[in-house]
Amino acid sequence: MTLLDAVRRAKESGDAAHVVSSIPYFRFLGLQVGRDAQGSFCQLPEDPRLIGNPRLPALHGGVVGALLESAAIVELIMTSEAEILPKTINITIDYLRSARPVLTFARGSVTKHGRRVANVRVEAWQDDPAKPVAAAHAHFLIA
Amino acid sequence: MSETPPPGSFDPDGIDPAIIQAIVSGGIPHYGVLGVEFVTASREVATLRLPYNQDFVGDPETGTLHGGVITTLIDSVCGIAVFMAMGRLLPIATLDLRIDYLKPATAGQAVLATAECYKVTRSIAFLRARAYHQDRPDDLIATCASTFMLGSSGEVPFPKHIKVPQ
Repeated sequence: MTLLDAVRRAKESGDAAHVVSSIPYFRFLGLQVGRDAQGSFCQLPEDPRLIGNPRLPALHGGVVGALLESAAIVELIMTSEAEILPKTINITIDYLRSARPVLTFARGSVTKHGRRVANVRVEAWQDDPAKPVAAAHAHFLIA
Repeated sequence: MSETPPPGSFDPDGIDPAIIQAIVSGGIPHYGVLGVEFVTASREVATLRLPYNQDFVGDPETGTLHGGVITTLIDSVCGIAVFMAMGRLLPIATLDLRIDYLKPATAGQAVLATAECYKVTRSIAFLRARAYHQDRPDDLIATCASTFMLGSSGEVPFPKHIKVPQ
């Protein structure tokens, strides 16, 4: 199954897991997708392999960045009218709090969906969605 | 024994690169699972290497690495560049990273990331970083601008068994 097939299947079924399971790096991270009244979200289970600071301890900042970028891609795929494979142009990640090595969530929202470029904002949180551990905005090429 | 050390050798007022090497090769769990390797570190510049691994692929049709793993490599090398520029291992925290993905990483090839800490204030370090393949250092995969908090309330990001120069 190609990635575009996976995108098609995810959009038909409303289940982004088809996309996540076809991307090796998402499998490596153990990334999962969920769905609630607000739409799709991504989650990263607790996993000691993802620790970047064993003294605090804290998740590696790069892993948090990867979760944010992944959630932005998932949101774009699931909400776009077309079947698209977003390519990241750039991402700006703000680290707001130390991310403990526990279950972490992220959800994106498409700020602007143009013909060739989309702008997506995304936040990551742990226990409390009102206290995000990191936020990002990213541009994707969708042509 | 007051000879000036030759260029590129150990800076007596700075951090011995061997300590950074020890942190990279055994101090941080996520470095271990990625297989991140130490290349070089001086006051001015630090470089890490990520060997190609199919587990890190973002597009299975091309074998291109996912942006997230490039982000991790860049965040890591920026942290090391801050330690080297400060000349000591202090608690730091990434404030932000802006990464531009200029072109996909070539399947099968290791990625290098180099960071320069070009300004340090009492609280903040300012950095630039780039990712590239060894044989084409000017043909960049990604560029990054980032800032780090110095003396963040946390702990230095490596285990206690790694010796810290006083």
